[in-house]
Amino acid sequence: MHDIVNVASQLIQLDVMNITYLFLVGFVGGLVSGFIGSGGAFVLTPGMMSLGVPGLVAVASNMCHKFPKALVGALKRAKYGQVDVKLGIVLGISAEAGVLYGAHIQESIKKAFGDAGSNLYVSVAFVVILAVVGGFVLRDALKTYKDGTTDEEEKVTKIAKWVQSVNIPYTMVYFKSINARISVLFTIPLGFATGMLAATIAVGGFIGVPAMIYVLGAPSLMASATELVIAFVMGVGGSFKYAMHGLVDIRLAMIILGGSLFGIQLGAMGTTYVKPFVIKLVMGVIMVIVLFSRGLMVPVYLSQLGLIGTLGETTVKVLKTTSFGIMIFALATGAVIVLRAMWIGRREERLAASQVLEHGKI
Amino acid sequence: MASSQGSSKKKPYGAAIILGIASLALYVGLLTQQEVVNEYFTKGGVYAFLPIAAAFLFSLVHGNFTGNFWTVLGVEASKKKKEVK
Repeated sequence: MHDIVNVASQLIQLDVMNITYLFLVGFVGGLVSGFIGSGGAFVLTPGMMSLGVPGLVAVASNMCHKFPKALVGALKRAKYGQVDVKLGIVLGISAEAGVLYGAHIQESIKKAFGDAGSNLYVSVAFVVILAVVGGFVLRDALKTYKDGTTDEEEKVTKIAKWVQSVNIPYTMVYFKSINARISVLFTIPLGFATGMLAATIAVGGFIGVPAMIYVLGAPSLMASATELVIAFVMGVGGSFKYAMHGLVDIRLAMIILGGSLFGIQLGAMGTTYVKPFVIKLVMGVIMVIVLFSRGLMVPVYLSQLGLIGTLGETTVKVLKTTSFGIMIFALATGAVIVLRAMWIGRREERLAASQVLEHGKI
Repeated sequence: MASSQGSSKKKPYGAAIILGIASLALYVGLLTQQEVVNEYFTKGGVYAFLPIAAAFLFSLVHGNFTGNFWTVLGVEASKKKKEVK
């Protein structure tokens, strides 16, 4: 994977500016993760690289902040009864296998087509998956809002009903979030895909959470909370693998963790104030915005591979900066929706409490 | 929440202060001893346990601190019992 020798000498110098930057991005990433179960990594990894951190060290350090963050978030949301530990562990273990396979594919592509080929593969995977899954999630959230059915119980999709109806002897497991027995022959490929995506675009939750909702039939709140268990299981294994090669910069990981633990507590609390469709809304909005960010980079990689005409240096710089800016915008938009929803929820609760109090006085 | 219900509950000032100091000490230690930390934590092999153990330690101390921090500020989960299913 990487030479252990001299990784320490490649680690960047930290100053107040980059500590503050990592802490703040960590906070916003944590806020979003606490709410939708994932997010932040797509900004953190390129963010670290922009500070001069080598790519693999950025990926490793991001993963090493992710698993303790997911642990704290999962424990917090378990208090609200939103976590299905069994489903999280079953999906997490198969996701671990997906991570290993995804990393292997990445390495093969890199060997065959170089950095530009590998980047193109990542960007195309981002664009295709986010367009299909993100578009579907966002459309569903908006439809629920338009239909005025935000207070109703979430509908189980036809696919999920079918999955729940299939009985394959010796493979059936009961999951409390779904309140049904499901064959692990369905959960294993889903976990595997989540892991593969995590290894490819760093955000496995973008497939894991929608899969739990739409394919298995779990409620949004439980799916997003259970994703934190998956992230923990995947993160511990992945971090250990990277740490074995000496690639984790613990300073970066812990600084990001410092901010993200403030955020994840807030995001987790936020879920108790919102209607389930808001989870889908935040996830869908972030996915669709990130899709544009990655889409902008496709011409850059195509040009590097010689598949289209060469782009000017300024054009490449503008595309890269705009792409990174859009990613930050995606995360910030998600955070604003979470905070706004939480603010409104708190206000309504306080108003209701004061009305009860006044009624009591009369 | 900083609501009337919230204020009647005793806030965990003591725990927040103690955990805050412990968390700060961990971060000061990490940043002032960067060279030693970098050397051992990037050695790989069996030393891989160091970053993993550190991550668990920080999440325990700092995670509990941040939880208490928001409670002290009056930011808490909704009091309404939410039906998840």
